[in-house]
Amino acid sequence: MSETHAEYADAWGEQEPPQPPAASTSGAPASAVTPADASDAARLVSFGLQPKLLPARDAEYGELLRRYRENPAFARLADAVATGLGLVVLEVSPRAGMAVTAGEDSVFAVRMGDYARRASTDSADRFLHGLAHLAVAAMAFPRPEDLADDAYIGRLTVNGVDAFVRQACLRLEQRAEEQGENTDPASDAPGLEAAWRIYARRSATGATKDARRLAGSTTGIVGKAAAFLTDSGFLQRTGDEGGGSYRTTARYQLQVRDMAGSAAMAELLELGVVPVSDGSATLLPPPEGDDLELAADAGLPFHASPPA
Amino acid sequence: MTSPASTDLVPPQLSAAPRPAQGPAADEGLARRLRALACTAPLHDLDARKANLAGEYTVYAMAEVALAAIDLITLNMDFDTGADHEQIVARLLPRVAAQAPSRPAAEHERVARWVLENLINVGSVDRGFRAVYGTFGADGVYTRRDYDFKLIEEVPGYGGGVYLRTTDEAVNVLVGALDTDVTSAQIAAEVKLEVLINRGRLADAQLAAEQARYRTVQYAETLRKTLEATRRNVRAVDWLNAVPDMIAEALDHVADRYRHENAILTNIRKARDEAESTSDAKTAEHKRRAAELVDIVKDCIRRHTQLQSRLLDAGPLFRAEQDRQAFAAPTAYTGLDLYGQLVAPTLPLPVEQAVRVTDAFFARGTGLRTPASVRLGDLVDLLLTPPVEREHLGAEMPEPDLIATPDDSRFSEEQLASALRLLDLEHDAPRRLSGLLAEARELDGDLPYLVALLAVHAASPPVGTAYRQGEERLLFAVDDGTPLDDPEFGGADLIVGTALLDAVGMAADRSEAS
Repeated sequence: MSETHAEYADAWGEQEPPQPPAASTSGAPASAVTPADASDAARLVSFGLQPKLLPARDAEYGELLRRYRENPAFARLADAVATGLGLVVLEVSPRAGMAVTAGEDSVFAVRMGDYARRASTDSADRFLHGLAHLAVAAMAFPRPEDLADDAYIGRLTVNGVDAFVRQACLRLEQRAEEQGENTDPASDAPGLEAAWRIYARRSATGATKDARRLAGSTTGIVGKAAAFLTDSGFLQRTGDEGGGSYRTTARYQLQVRDMAGSAAMAELLELGVVPVSDGSATLLPPPEGDDLELAADAGLPFHASPPA
Repeated sequence: MTSPASTDLVPPQLSAAPRPAQGPAADEGLARRLRALACTAPLHDLDARKANLAGEYTVYAMAEVALAAIDLITLNMDFDTGADHEQIVARLLPRVAAQAPSRPAAEHERVARWVLENLINVGSVDRGFRAVYGTFGADGVYTRRDYDFKLIEEVPGYGGGVYLRTTDEAVNVLVGALDTDVTSAQIAAEVKLEVLINRGRLADAQLAAEQARYRTVQYAETLRKTLEATRRNVRAVDWLNAVPDMIAEALDHVADRYRHENAILTNIRKARDEAESTSDAKTAEHKRRAAELVDIVKDCIRRHTQLQSRLLDAGPLFRAEQDRQAFAAPTAYTGLDLYGQLVAPTLPLPVEQAVRVTDAFFARGTGLRTPASVRLGDLVDLLLTPPVEREHLGAEMPEPDLIATPDDSRFSEEQLASALRLLDLEHDAPRRLSGLLAEARELDGDLPYLVALLAVHAASPPVGTAYRQGEERLLFAVDDGTPLDDPEFGGADLIVGTALLDAVGMAADRSEAS
C-alpha cells in the first residue's frame, strides 16, 4: 500500500507545482499575468466549486478547461487561486472538470457536526455516519481494479450497502462465536465495544408516521450519505429501487482514490492494525486453502487459483 | 498482642473459601441461559406495563397476544419479504377480541398495535432490547455485559415498504428450545413425530410438526442472509470453500428433509386412512388431527422446495458476476482495496478507535460545500416564511387535456331512435322485412341500412341476456324461405316480430338455479 500511496503523492507533485514555475513566468515576457487572466482563473475555480456542473454542458467552462490544459501559465494561475482558497486540485480534465476538493480546515470542508446533529454528541452515531460513507465507497468500487480504472462506473443501492455491511458484521459475529468470544461489551466501557456491533444492533429500517425513512436507522444513515454525495456531485441518482440506486462520477473516484482512501489508511496504520499488503485483494480465499472438492451442485465453473 | 495460632489459621481459611466461579465453561452456559432468559423479558414486561396504559386493559393477556404475533410473523415471512404490518394487526384482532368481546373494536386494534410496537420497541433508537448480565472471565474478574437483542425487526421490502421479521432470538423464544442446534433439533423433532404417529398419539405429533416447521423457517432465514451476500459481491464471499460448502450442506439438508417429510406425509396419510375405516368419535378426532398434520408437513415441503430453487440460482449468478469481474483486461496498476484494507480491518476495532478511521474518511471523502453567506434581509424573509405544508396526498395530478374524438358513427342517435320506433311491433302483429325497409326509406335514405342491420341481429336474438336481465320483450326475426325483393338488399325477406317473455317465471327460475 505504501507504494501506491507514494505513487499518488508523486502524481500530486506533478499536478501542483506552483512555486518554482511562478518565478519562471515572470521571466517570460510573453505571458505576463493580467487582471483579466486572474479573473478567468478564479472563474474556472468557481466552476470547480459547483461540482454538479458538467463541462460538456457549459461552453464557458469547457473553454476555460481547454485554456488550462493548453496554457501552462494559466494553469499555474488557476492552481494558485485554488490553493489560496484552501482547495486541493485533484484533476483538471474534460470528464471531471476542474475537480477540486476542500483542504483540511478550509472553509469549504464539511464538518461532521454540521452533517448530522446527533453525531457530534453520540460517538456511535458519529461512527455510523462515517462508516456509511466508507461503505458507500467500498460498494461503489468493490475491487482495487475498479478504483484504479478511470473508465469504471460503480453502481450501488442504499439497501445494498446496508445489507453488505450487515453481512460483514454477521460474519464477524459468527467468527467471534466460533472462537467462543463473548462480544457483549462491558457496561462501564462502551468505547471498547467492537465497531461491528454498533452497526449490527442498530435497526435497518423502521416505520415512521409520514412514510419517510427513519433517520436513525442504518438505511436512513446510508441514504443520507448517498444523498449528500449526490449533492457533492459524486453520485448520480438513477432510480428508486433498492431504497435509491446511484452511479458514481469521475470526481468520486478521484476523491476516494486520492484523498479519502489514503487518509483513512494512514489513520489505520497509525493505529497499528493494518498488515502491509501488496495490493492484491484481501478478500480472496487464503492461499493455504487446500483444493477442497467442490460440491457438484454448486455449479462452480472453475477453481480459482490463489495469486502466487 | 497477637497469638501465633491466628496467623496459622489464615491459609486454611483461604483455601476453604468458595471459588468465585466454577470456571469459564460453566459460566458460558450460564451466560447463554441468561441471554435466553432475557429474550422472554419483553413479553413479561408487556403484562407488567399494561396497568400503566390509559384505560382498563388488565383484561387482555398481553403476553399471549405477543406470542401469537411472533407466531404469525414467523409463519408469514418468506424469502423476499417479511410479514406485512397491517396484515399482522388484522390477524391478531380475532384473538384480542375474544379476550374482551364486550369492548369496542377500536380498543382491540389499539391493543394489537401496542403489543406489536412494543415487540419492535419503537421507542428506542436501536429498536431493540438490552439486558445486562455478569460473567466471570478466565482470570476470575467479574464483568457486567450488555446483551442487545431484537424480537421483531423491520426490514426494507420491495417498493420501499417496511416488513416485519422475527429474529432468531424470537423464534427460539417461541419454540421454547432456547439454546439448541438448528439441524439437530429438527431431526429430533421429526424422529419424535414418527414415533408419535406410530403410537397414534397425534395430539403430540401435531405439536412436534409445528415445531419442525418453525425450525424450517429459521434455517431458511439463515441461508437467505448468506445468499444475499453472495449476490452483492463475489469478492465479499468465499466462493472457493465456504459458499460451496454451505450450498452443499443446504442442498443435503433440503434433500434429507424432503425425503424425511415425504415419508412422514405418507405415514400420516396412512394413519389418517386407517382411522377412516373405523368410525367412532375418537378416531374422527384422530382423523382431523392427521389432516391438519398433513397440511403442516406440506407447508414444510413447500418451504424446502423454495429454498432449493434459491440454492440452485446461486451458481449462475456467481458465473455472471465472475465473467464481469475476473475476465476483464487487467489495469496497469492496482488501487486501494476499500473493503479489504479499510472496511474489514475497521469493523473489529473498538469503536473509539474505529471512529478515527471513519472520521478521516468522512473528512476527505465528502467533497466540499460552499458556505452560505447570510444577509440579515434574507434571514428575516426566511424566518417569516410560513413552513411549507407536507403533502399528504402526493403530487398534484395534472389536469388531463381532453380532446373530443370525432363522431365517426355511421348512424345518428335520431336515426337509431326512429329505427327502434319502427321495429317496436305489437307482439301479435309481426311484419315482413321488405315492408319495414320501404317504410324506413320514406323517412330517411340511410335508415333502411340500420333497420336491416337490426333485423339481421334479431335473427339470432340474445335470449340468454334477456333471460338474465329479466326483460319482458324480445325482438326476433325468422326466415320462412321468401326471398327479399329490394333495390338495395338481397337475401331472405325475414319475418320480424316481438316475443313477450315470461319475466316473472324467469325470475323464479333464476332464484331456483342459484
